[in-house]
Amino acid sequence: MSMSTPKAAGAKLEPNLGPNPEQIHPLYVRITHWINAIAVFIMIGSGWQIYNASPLFAFAFPPSLTLGGWLAGGLLWHFAGMWLFVANGLFYLVLGLKRAHFQSKFLPLRAADVVGDLGSALKGQLSHADLAVYNAVQKLFYLGVLLAGLIIVASGLALWKPVQLMELAALFGGYEGARLVHFFAMSSIVLFLVVHVLMAVLVPRSLRAMIRGR
Amino acid sequence: MRQTRKGVAGVNAELLVNDAAKLLPDPSRRKFLRQVASLGALAMLTGCDITDPPSAEKALRKISEFNDWVQARLFNPNRLATTYPDSAVTRPFPFNAYYAETEAPDVDEERYRLILDGLITNKQPWTLQQLTDLPQQTQITRLVCVEGWSAIGKWTGVPLRSFLERIGADLTAKYVHFVCAEGYSSSIDMPTALHPQTQMTLAFDGQTLPTRLGFPMRIRIPTKLGFKNPKHVIGMTVLNNYTGGYWEDQGYNWFSGL
Repeated sequence: MSMSTPKAAGAKLEPNLGPNPEQIHPLYVRITHWINAIAVFIMIGSGWQIYNASPLFAFAFPPSLTLGGWLAGGLLWHFAGMWLFVANGLFYLVLGLKRAHFQSKFLPLRAADVVGDLGSALKGQLSHADLAVYNAVQKLFYLGVLLAGLIIVASGLALWKPVQLMELAALFGGYEGARLVHFFAMSSIVLFLVVHVLMAVLVPRSLRAMIRGR
Repeated sequence: MRQTRKGVAGVNAELLVNDAAKLLPDPSRRKFLRQVASLGALAMLTGCDITDPPSAEKALRKISEFNDWVQARLFNPNRLATTYPDSAVTRPFPFNAYYAETEAPDVDEERYRLILDGLITNKQPWTLQQLTDLPQQTQITRLVCVEGWSAIGKWTGVPLRSFLERIGADLTAKYVHFVCAEGYSSSIDMPTALHPQTQMTLAFDGQTLPTRLGFPMRIRIPTKLGFKNPKHVIGMTVLNNYTGGYWEDQGYNWFSGL
């Protein structure tokens, strides 16, 4: 308390590294968020087109929800969109790690908090008063979708290059295993999106914060 | 570098006769030209005019060519595709083509000749018997279809590398182009043509290659998607010009390596 040096040093660093107290989402998070939204839209739409060429299960996606018009168009979109998705994702991960974004936003995460917050969420009593602070359910969701993102890229690489990257493919039980993992990673991202978009509609301030920053 | 498919210098007209019968793509396959117009956001990123859908397709094809380049660099000529035990063979092996199974071409074994052209020293046509008399190799490998499904087959035939060496092909050339009896065609990069598992397949599961799987000869490449494994091959050209192929010209990625 009596020491003034750390405070001075902190004050010096603040404008460059510390978040603006009023700012909920830093600029790089907002930019990567919206680029990611475009990339995910392309990857899911074209991925459903590719799925429909040889469905894994007894259903197909409505053609109106697919991208590309036919298999070749879907593949062109998918293998173009992957660069955007991966480059943008890497940029977000590297910057997020450098700025301790993940530790400060998503951790600590305790099971008891998740259960408690999930209970209040289902009763509609979960507060979103401070958008800068995530509740335990949000932390779990965001960490979960980050994990799904890593898995979908790894399984996607295994599907693209099951011979050149055979060790990676083996992690998923080979080519056919990677197909299943890729599908279920997509499914969990779609489930996340349904909740994510619903919450943005229910709490419009959160959408504004992701555009304007606060 | 890339050229659209025109007449390829030095290609025997005989090889191209069947290309004329090539089926036109289904109109719905071109639908993506119109669908891309709704993707204003991506068009903005790529600098494309959203009112001009063909430019979006052009951009996608450019990225696909970039992906060819990336894949050629990822390709390890010494990396072998996984081989499986006999019990893993998919029986019956699925049929897949742009035509119905009953329309698969019936190639007359007696009249069959494999015609060679391009950068090859000895262009003598080959009979099926001559091909069968060459040393054979058997592999049990997975065929991965561009549609997503896969199946394991037991393929026996002549390693393409040994054949190319035997006929005095220019192994420093860039491409090998294949023409098929039904008008299908495809081309591959030389490093893949020289891969130890790339094969001129004459038999499947211990039997003469059935019509449905490409009698009398198909090119089997376990390091490429199934559509890069042409069936009923009647012509082979070694060259330095990009020639594309039946599906490649319609938008499938050319390299399509696994």
